[in-house]
Amino acid sequence: MKLLYFAWVRQRIGRSEEDLTVPASVSTVAALIEYLRGRGAGYEAAFRDAALLRCAVNQEHARFDAKIGPNDEIAFFPPVTGG
Amino acid sequence: MSEIRIQREDFDPGAEIAALQSAGAVGAIASFIGLVRSDGGMEAMTLDHYPGFAEREIGAHVQEARSRWPLLGVRVVHRVGRLTPGERIVFVGVSSSHRQAAFAAAEFLMDYLKTRAPFWKLEERETGATWVEARESDDESVKRWR
Repeated sequence: MKLLYFAWVRQRIGRSEEDLTVPASVSTVAALIEYLRGRGAGYEAAFRDAALLRCAVNQEHARFDAKIGPNDEIAFFPPVTGG
Repeated sequence: MSEIRIQREDFDPGAEIAALQSAGAVGAIASFIGLVRSDGGMEAMTLDHYPGFAEREIGAHVQEARSRWPLLGVRVVHRVGRLTPGERIVFVGVSSSHRQAAFAAAEFLMDYLKTRAPFWKLEERETGATWVEARESDDESVKRWR
């Protein structure tokens, strides 16, 4: 799956996007967050407080219980602040 | 005709207004240009956005404006990247047959863009750079359109 990070999520992780193959058990956004937290200190810092995060699946706002698959584009970002 | 552009480079307000003029029955064009302010010693700000997603979100609100008012043309240009105080950051232009619809729709779109549009802002000050936090409560300027 393709992962995209914005604003301080990107800064903490240290990259703006990546292609990742995750175990089949990672089938929801919430499970993906837990999985990503285990990938290192930057990820842990970005995903520690999921209440601060918003997410989009295939460019549509999504809830953390949304189902995800290998061909999806999943983006994580803070709440938007307007222009 | 609607046009939504998110770009790093500056825009030409005159060219945007001229483009709104070209549709047939235009009797009124309302436009707004937003500039970066230097609030509290802010030296620069960098806008981050999600390409594709941002255009869709803004597009949905342009559609809502069209459903509320009889509009002819709508043009939204929003800049991203690093901007300094005094620089142009946003253009909203709306054309209609009559001024009331043009004024109202331009204000509706700006209220949305200022509070809800999918951007993230990093503000640079003497003390360092910080991400602007989203406001918890609904902004009054958006509430009045409900």
